This record gives sequence, structure tokens and C-alpha cells, in this order.
Amino acid sequence: MPEMSLSVNGKSVTREVEGRTLLVDLLRGGLGLTGTHVGCDTSQCGACMVLVDGAAVKACSIFALEAEGCEITTIEGVAGEDGTLSPVQQAFQDYHGLQCGFCTPGMVISTMALLKENPSPSETEIRKWLEGNFCRCTGYHNIVRAVQAASGQEVMGTRAVEAS
Amino acid sequence: MYDFELDRPTSLAEALDLLAEEGAEPLSGGQTLIPSLKARLAMPERLVSLMHIAELKGMAVEGDALVIGGGVTHGEIARGAKESFPGLAGLAARIGDPAVRNRGTIGGSIANNDPSACYPAAALATGATIRTSKREIAADDFFTGLFETALEEGEIVTGVSFPIPQVSAYGKFIQPASHFALAGVFVARFNGRVGVAVTGVSESGVFRWGEAEAALADSFTEEALAGIELPAEGMIADMHGAPDYRARMAGVMLRRAVAAAS
Repeated sequence: MPEMSLSVNGKSVTREVEGRTLLVDLLRGGLGLTGTHVGCDTSQCGACMVLVDGAAVKACSIFALEAEGCEITTIEGVAGEDGTLSPVQQAFQDYHGLQCGFCTPGMVISTMALLKENPSPSETEIRKWLEGNFCRCTGYHNIVRAVQAASGQEVMGTRAVEAS
Repeated sequence: MYDFELDRPTSLAEALDLLAEEGAEPLSGGQTLIPSLKARLAMPERLVSLMHIAELKGMAVEGDALVIGGGVTHGEIARGAKESFPGLAGLAARIGDPAVRNRGTIGGSIANNDPSACYPAAALATGATIRTSKREIAADDFFTGLFETALEEGEIVTGVSFPIPQVSAYGKFIQPASHFALAGVFVARFNGRVGVAVTGVSESGVFRWGEAEAALADSFTEEALAGIELPAEGMIADMHGAPDYRARMAGVMLRRAVAAAS
């Protein structure tokens, strides 16, 4: 099997992989980073989204070997080393941008990519961008609010922590 | 997934050597091929990645045309063609979703010729030239049927040269689950001619709508299209739409594209 190296959450790793090994399988099986979720087998749900050199990519739709030499960011690499949540993660918590939470890693990664490209997206732009991320619970409203909050924009309604 | 070897050549010459071997298939962005492999719908012995070849990257205006390398992603076209060819940039910006656009390439899409893909409509409507590893092929001669092209074994799309229209627009009635076109119409107006091509609609794949082209060449207005409709015969029937529905939607998309481009 070919050996390959890449950087995951700032750490360099080297592994032997098969040609058919998907990046998501290397992350989850090879490296134990199970925060990247697999919500479908058809490349549609976006739960496995990671950043590859800063761009959102479905880790189930790229072979591990194709990411050789790339910088990968998974959900495990998003919070600070002391566990402080990133602004996007904090917004998802504050506005309860999740129901079961399975899609959340992909939503957070996708939102990070959106805000890098468009720091102040409109609601329509947020919804369009998140077309590749399925929330099977259909909890999209709070997800959109969380993205608005993460971008520092006004959000309708109360924060989850205030409502409780 | 069935097992296969994955090669990552860094030059076109190396890739073509690898593709000349029995059982080898090209892999571009993989946003169609990888899901097919996962579903065991394809069984290549060897995949030759085209994603690490500098010769297939880049886009530039050359004379009256925008020339885009086969390995350029939809996202790069959506951003990079905004000024030079906004109609094409808008088309690219609505393919799939952001993650798909970060991987999927124009060369892969053109070579796959999915009957509901977007680029083939733009290529036909503008009279584009498909550049391959062997030759140049006019778009009119390139798309030969459902998932069928003029490409020969081991031949790959290295780029597409699009004549830049004065104005253009793409009307896309989107299938919301797949994000492919349930009916898509690209309209391109040049000095002295108009190109109109339809995707997602016909059982024979992408096609030029000659009657609409002629009417719009006389007068580039929605009014000039009065009475111009596609027949239901020969149009795709599936769970998403009946033939008459698709024909009707193509007419609607045509008019919206003309309105957007006027």
C-alpha cells in the first residue's frame, strides 16, 4: 500500500492507505477522529465536511491519497486547545443550532467556509450555502440563526440559553 | 467499493501513458465518479487522477474566447469568470453545492455528459470548442448521446474554449435533491447569431433549440418567442417530471434566460 502524509488539525501524520481509501475513512478509522460523521453513503448529506486547504470538501468524496500534502481541518481542530469553543461553535450552542447533533460537525465546518468567503451573508445566502448540508431533524431555522449570530449579525428571537 | 489502484501523475504525458493501460480510467474531481464507485456501479482496475496536473489548470481570455483548463473546478469558474463571462460564472455557481464545486471540474462534467449537466448547454449554445489530448472538437460534434461523447479510449478533455457572448444567461429549473437541471436552457447572444441549448430535458441528451435560435436572432426579445414550444415527444419521463412537463419547463426557462440576458 502507498504511504502518504498530510497535516490534520496542525499535526503531520503519515499512514499507509489503499487507493480506494476515502479521506473520511482515514480520518475516522485510521486516526480515530470520529467527529467527522458519515450520514449517508451517497455523497449527499455533508455531515463529513472538512476543510482541505481551507476549502469545504465532503471527506466521503475525495480519496485520502488525493489529499496528500494538504492541510485538513476537522471538527476536532476547531475549538481552542483549552476547549474554548470557536465563535461558530459558540453560536451553534447559544442558538441551539442542532437537534440530534449528528449533522453539526459538517454544519460548523461549512459555516466556517461560508464566513471566510462571505463574512456577512444574508439569510438567503446562508440557506443557499447550506444546500449541501442535510439536517435530518429538519432543524434548519436555528441553524440559520446560529450562522447569523456567528457572523455578528442581528438574529431574530431569543438565544437558547435565555429561553431556558 | 471494489479495489483499484490510484495513480496521481503530475504531467499530461504521464497521465496519458497510464490511461493507455488496460482497465485504467480517468478520475477528475470525482463528484460523480466517487459516488458511483461507492455504489459499486463502476469497477476500474486503475484510476488515474487528473487533479495534480498543472497543464489542466487555469483559465484565461484568449482573443474572443474564454479558455478554461479541464481541471478547473466549478467554484474556480464561478469566481474567475464573473467579469469575462458572467453567464458561465452564474451557471457554475449553481452546480451542486459549495463542497461539490470545490472538487468537481469542467473537464469531468463535459466528458461525463450527464443528460442533466449544465456545462454542455453552455458549450453548445456558445459554439465552444472542446480541447482534448488528441485534437479539437466542436461542441456540436462532441456530445453524441446520454453519457456519450466523441472521446475515444484514453483521450481526455484538456480544456474548453468558449466564445464569449455579448450577453448570456442560464435558466435552470433545479431538481432540489440532486441540484441537476430538471430543465436548463442556456442563451448566448453574439453579434449576428444567437445560441440556445437545452439540458435535462431530452432523451437524446443536450441539444440546440434551432427554432428559438432563429427567432431570437431576428429579435432578441421574449415577444419573439411567441408560440415557440418544444414537443413532448422524445423528452425524459421519470419520477421528477413527465415529458410534457419538461418540455413546458424548457420553454419557461428559455424565456427567463432571455429576460435575464436582455
